[in-house]
Amino acid sequence: MAEQLICRNVTLGYEGIPVTEGLDFTVSSGDYLCILGENGSGKSTLVKALLGLIPAMSGEIIRSGEIAGGVGYLPQQTVVQRDFPASVREIVRSGCIRKAGLRPFYNREEKALAEENMARLGISELAGRCYRELSGGQQQRVLLARALCATGHILLLDEPVTGLDPKAQADLYELIAQLNRSGVTMIMVSHDVSAVRYASHILHIGSREQLFFGTRQDYLASRLGQSFLITETGDAGGDEADAEIEQPEPECSGVSAKAAAAAAAGAGLLAVGTGAAIYKYVKRGEQSDR
Amino acid sequence: MIDKLMYYFSFPLVRYALIVGLLIALCSSLLGVTLVLKRFSFIGDGLSHVAFGAMSVATVVDVTVKQVASGDNPVARGLTKIIENTNSMVIVLPITLIAAILLLRTGQNTKIKGDAALAMISVGSLAVGYMLINMFSASANVSGDVCSTLFGSTSILTLTIGEVWLSVALAAVVIAVFLIFYKQIFAVTFDESFAQATGVRANGYNLLVAVITALIVVLAMNLVGSLLISALIIFPALSAMRLFKSFRGVIICSAVISVICAGTGLIASILFSTPVGSTIVTADMAAFFIFTIIAKILKRS
Repeated sequence: MAEQLICRNVTLGYEGIPVTEGLDFTVSSGDYLCILGENGSGKSTLVKALLGLIPAMSGEIIRSGEIAGGVGYLPQQTVVQRDFPASVREIVRSGCIRKAGLRPFYNREEKALAEENMARLGISELAGRCYRELSGGQQQRVLLARALCATGHILLLDEPVTGLDPKAQADLYELIAQLNRSGVTMIMVSHDVSAVRYASHILHIGSREQLFFGTRQDYLASRLGQSFLITETGDAGGDEADAEIEQPEPECSGVSAKAAAAAAAGAGLLAVGTGAAIYKYVKRGEQSDR
Repeated sequence: MIDKLMYYFSFPLVRYALIVGLLIALCSSLLGVTLVLKRFSFIGDGLSHVAFGAMSVATVVDVTVKQVASGDNPVARGLTKIIENTNSMVIVLPITLIAAILLLRTGQNTKIKGDAALAMISVGSLAVGYMLINMFSASANVSGDVCSTLFGSTSILTLTIGEVWLSVALAAVVIAVFLIFYKQIFAVTFDESFAQATGVRANGYNLLVAVITALIVVLAMNLVGSLLISALIIFPALSAMRLFKSFRGVIICSAVISVICAGTGLIASILFSTPVGSTIVTADMAAFFIFTIIAKILKRS
């Protein structure tokens, strides 16, 4: 199998302060790599480095020619997206943005690619629907289709099942595994145990360094793997805490939308009231000037 | 009524006002969709206060240069002439641009959060602007000056042909940028991290949006005054978002609403001799309520 991505003794960090050191792993075409790690262990830093957004402080990240043109990325959902007025088709097409370059509109090939990927993920009938009206699982499918438009070679998924109900989580994992079997390399960042089941390789990073890299079988046999699986499955409290942390986000969006409306209404009322009063005042001033 | 309108439109100044008004409405609504969706609704408000401060600085510079030179010095005369000819834009535009870029930078640097920085800059420049204009006033009617800057009551009816062309040029630039970079603007608005990962320079486009916002704010000061600019930016976008479900639909609808409201507002203000800015904003508000009601009815059926 062809190697697509090689990390050799990579140190990552910000402003000279290392976050993780000694990352050493290889991703070959067709692999399904699951990156595990606790919060604050540098997972998101690694994601940025793999995307090429931040450079490695030392060591090297080697990309094969196949993925030099970019990685299909499925980021975590943001507040902005939840109530975004855009059709599914528009979003999936935006995955072709690199192919289109500075051309103002998408050409026929790119549009066809978007349709093809929507069909591949079973969301063709949603094409005209509004993104904000879809369920969480459907939204993730839309974003997956968009990532596939960027490249069909390798996808980087950042906590793809966060916020989904168990049924939708299982469906999404199944879909990802299916894509992987059809030849798309997968790199998935997760702190979810059930993610391990589908992976072919595991990379486990600790707070400062790489703890494990190898196949899933080796990981499950290792001490680290067993302790991780046991603590995670046995500890239901951890999941609840996560849910609590993630909850305030929709409220935030509501608040800012209201804030926007309030700003507008405030400006408007001010306009009517003060404007009228002051206009008269100024007019009177003009008259008395004369 | 039509006779009255015809009579008013026989004046070139009224025609200029209509042209500039519609162009500004179009530009601000195009940008408004992006700003509202990116949670930057208040950036227009903040920048308009900065522009107000800059306007007072321009007035002060104008007055001081006049006083120092007492009309003899050709350099000073040239300087005041430039300031007066461009309606102070030589000073207002660069200051507002810098503020826009600074605000965007503070958004990324989390030491002072974006909204706090915005509040700080906007209130600060409002205060400094009012103080300056009070201390070095050019005319006896200080409150009149302040009001016309804040509420734009008269300045749109005193536009020169040069200013009209300037507005046309700026509007053309804004629309061209929007058409050319439509894809990128959509991608960056919807999902900055994906856009960045696929090789779109998201920060560059954020900067572009900030610069265009600054341009529009400075332009729109002539129309509705600095206080009401955020209304011009926010209202059409919010109204359009009530009804439309695709990004393109929202943008087109918001542009149409904005132009229609600006047109009716201008004509109504001429007919009933109300202040231009607040009449336009009232029309925008009415449109917003109509769209909200329509959306409610459509949802129920």
